[in-house]
Amino acid sequence: MAKKNKDEILHDHNNDGIDRRGFLKCMAWAGTGALCVMEGGILKSYSLSRLGEISAREMAGELSFVQISDSHMGFNKPANPDVAGTLKSAVEKINGLSKPPEFMLHTGDISHLSKPEEFDTVDQILKSASAKDVFFVPGEHDVLNDDGKSYLERYGKNAKGAGWYSFDKKGVHFIGLVNVMNLKAGGLGTLGHEQLEWIEDDVKHLKHSTPIVVFAHIPLWSVYPEWGWGTEDSAQALAYLKKFGSVTVLNGHIHQIMQKVEGNVTFHTAASTAFPQPQPGKADSPGPMKVPAEQLKSVLGITDVNYVQGRNALAVVDSTLA
Amino acid sequence: MIRKTVWIVGLFTAVMVATLLLSAGSPGSSAKAPEPATAEVKVDNFSFGPATLTVTVGTTVSWTNRDDIPHTIVSTEKVFKSKVLDTDEKFSFTFTKAGSYPYFCSIHPKMTGSVVVQ
Repeated sequence: MAKKNKDEILHDHNNDGIDRRGFLKCMAWAGTGALCVMEGGILKSYSLSRLGEISAREMAGELSFVQISDSHMGFNKPANPDVAGTLKSAVEKINGLSKPPEFMLHTGDISHLSKPEEFDTVDQILKSASAKDVFFVPGEHDVLNDDGKSYLERYGKNAKGAGWYSFDKKGVHFIGLVNVMNLKAGGLGTLGHEQLEWIEDDVKHLKHSTPIVVFAHIPLWSVYPEWGWGTEDSAQALAYLKKFGSVTVLNGHIHQIMQKVEGNVTFHTAASTAFPQPQPGKADSPGPMKVPAEQLKSVLGITDVNYVQGRNALAVVDSTLA
Repeated sequence: MIRKTVWIVGLFTAVMVATLLLSAGSPGSSAKAPEPATAEVKVDNFSFGPATLTVTVGTTVSWTNRDDIPHTIVSTEKVFKSKVLDTDEKFSFTFTKAGSYPYFCSIHPKMTGSVVVQ
């Protein structure tokens, strides 16, 4: 059991605040098979031998779903010449989870160049996942040529505006947002006035105790504005969510696992299934990071999210593809 | 009668113009047309180099994407707009009017540049 799960890293935020030093230490372990658990606001690390035991106890929730991100189907450069292969590995990982997820979220950059055949390949590969329903939001690579028209035709039939929507699963309210359209020179991701008004209206009728999961491509927190890793008007969106006791924000775009807790909001970015990107400011540009082929799968991954009723935060578990 | 004369003159003018255009455009022409000016902007490492390029009126500027990630060249004031440029793909635009032309990559809007035409 421990062996099977040895590459999992668990972040379980049940309280406010985070031990930054401990968190960074945990981050440094990412991909090497370490385990970090947040309990009562304190970050704890566990030996790998206890992982099975902890997973069983912590992970038995009412709702389990998986987030995947940044498949970049069509990318064929040295950082990963086989993005279809690594997406298949991600699906195998999902199918091997001890608790089968009920559905998947894809937080964008499904394709590399918005080509129909790229979307087709992803759709085909995801069909073999145990979870059949996939909820998408677009990345900037999915809306390259026609202002997102073909993306909307394929994935946004029941969506509003540029592809935003919400749905409910087992008492959890999910909000899929689009922050990759109409980007302005020099700026960051943008939600825009129309979408912000929709968010305000969408959550108006909800009880404050409703757990909220927001998912969008570009981080809704300021990860590294110098590289465009943030969203101009995310503060306004989060202001509408202030009244809720538990808000989990899931993003992609930066091709690495990163996490931040602010009040009742847990921000989390998922790894890519295609290629890693450098840590903020640690390279000349945010371009694809080349790692030795045998290390590639240890820097790609999926994110498993579990909701246990009565607990404040959702448990977010990142697994590498290694 | 008058109408017919006008028509003949009109035809004659059209032939003259066509002849002039043809001779100017033919390679063997003795006309001293200046070499068309060109300039390059490097698109590399998520940046434009040089970030500000100064050229004379009539210059054709080319952008070639040297990154592993696609980029676009989009005029902030909607004067020009490239299609998505994958690795090694190129976009060119000829500047026929003096002025300052700021532009950016619409996929990575932190990438900004400007062409100054004098």
